[in-house]
Amino acid sequence: MRAIDSRNTVPAVAADDRRRWFRGQAFWLVAPALLLLVICLGLPLAIVTLRSFSEPQWGWQNYAWFFGTPVNLTVLQRTFAISAWVTLVCLIAGYPYAYVMTAVGPKMRLVLILCVLVPFWVSGVVRTLAWVILLQDSGVINSVIRAVGLGPVKLIRTQTGVVIGMAQVLLPFMILPLYSVMKTIDLRLMQAARSLGASPARAFAQVYLPLSLPGVYAGAIIVFILALGFYITPALLGGPRSTMLSTLIQNQVLSLLNWGRGGAMGVVLLIATFVLLALAAPLSRQPHKTGSRR
Amino acid sequence: MKQPGRILLGLYCLLVAVWLVAPTIVVVPMSFNDKKSLAFPPSGFSWQWYQNFFTNPEWSASLIGSLKVAVVTAVFATVIGTLAAFGLDRMKSRVSGVLRALLITPMVVPGVVLAVGIYAVYLDTRLVGTMTGFVLAHTMLAVPFVIIAVSASLEVFDKRLETAAASLGATRLTAFRTVTLPLIAPGILSGLLFAFVTSFDEIIVALFITSPYLKTLPVQIFSSITRDADPTVAAVGTLLFITTSLVIGAGLLICSRQGRR
Repeated sequence: MRAIDSRNTVPAVAADDRRRWFRGQAFWLVAPALLLLVICLGLPLAIVTLRSFSEPQWGWQNYAWFFGTPVNLTVLQRTFAISAWVTLVCLIAGYPYAYVMTAVGPKMRLVLILCVLVPFWVSGVVRTLAWVILLQDSGVINSVIRAVGLGPVKLIRTQTGVVIGMAQVLLPFMILPLYSVMKTIDLRLMQAARSLGASPARAFAQVYLPLSLPGVYAGAIIVFILALGFYITPALLGGPRSTMLSTLIQNQVLSLLNWGRGGAMGVVLLIATFVLLALAAPLSRQPHKTGSRR
Repeated sequence: MKQPGRILLGLYCLLVAVWLVAPTIVVVPMSFNDKKSLAFPPSGFSWQWYQNFFTNPEWSASLIGSLKVAVVTAVFATVIGTLAAFGLDRMKSRVSGVLRALLITPMVVPGVVLAVGIYAVYLDTRLVGTMTGFVLAHTMLAVPFVIIAVSASLEVFDKRLETAAASLGATRLTAFRTVTLPLIAPGILSGLLFAFVTSFDEIIVALFITSPYLKTLPVQIFSSITRDADPTVAAVGTLLFITTSLVIGAGLLICSRQGRR
């Protein structure tokens, strides 16, 4: 009764009612976003999934084909391997960088943050082009390597080149979560550990590292997941031996017009993404947050 | 004893910073190349690639296409995303947690899978290569960024201010317009910027749903790169870099002014 008409009720219950009315209204505020999500995300993904089972005829044929063709499995394995390498490179480059961001003064910190954000200022395609130029056989990086006397190294159209380019694009996604966790770590804890006789390495390993782990997990998950679906960078920097799953999907759909096989590959990639996300998400929660949840 | 370690750490960071920034900077000298090649370091000096960008109808049409799509997308995404952020803010935490996770899924769905699906839907509904098609897809991709930006400023917004306004006789709309909106304006503005950039820079979906009649700048850049070594791409990159730097510089300046006041 109250829920049906809240405006005619006595003042004593009005506050309670208004809150309820608020909640109903709150849903309507979110509704346009949800509708858009259903039309532009739900429907397309549903169609991809449907076609993976229905084209050319109903059944598991496209999945049987995908997992029965060695080339596909090689590409799937490579997609995971490249993503793992990219994540590792980002972590090795990003961890010390994020730490320094927390340790320097405010002016220097601004410079370091700007360096992280600058890559976002230029279109992703243009940046990949820059990598094509830097990595090519007659490019700057190879000139440096030759000057040092190590001979030319094949970088463009190789897996190494793809990893270098992708890691640069994804590094900000590693540094920002690391930094946001690291800035909450009380550095006096390290001093305390040192004053109790721990060596710097031990103080780091037993105090700082465990406290920074939520940031490591959060950064690693997002970088790995984004890397799995990368398309532009591998397409421009890679060669036939560094093809990733996304390129294969695009090829099936646009060149071979095989929606069933392309769809099956898409579903495999989608499931891999969400399984990883579900498995890893609890790890990246900050301890004090999980504490308050319990 | 501590000094060498610190220097080493500093050098390491410098190296990482160079790695982050180099590909952005490298584009600038290449745009002044006087030969039609993308070699680095470039030879000679000329403005011809900038001239080409502004006079070649292929490039100018794609720039205009991108700007149109991005502006409309930014407006829609900001309205839809801001409403959603308000709604989420007013919900029970468990419900809003689930909805929030759902609403930001576009950020993690692999681009090509999404693009293939959208392409399939658009082929059936004749939206390929249309303004509506681009705006719909880009708005969906941009809404999460607006929700995140606006939610962040709502989190620090003191709701008692709204109650205070109401107790002084303001209607809910007046309280919203005169109290809430001005206080969370920075969040909405940064959401708007993020939405614009998301659309302006989006390529994967655009590559699938593009047509000769409506092309966006990233698509044009991509096809130029895969076709030949045209330094016009570098000129575009440089222009984008300068424009964004100016916008961000102005933003920082305004922020620091307001901070000092």
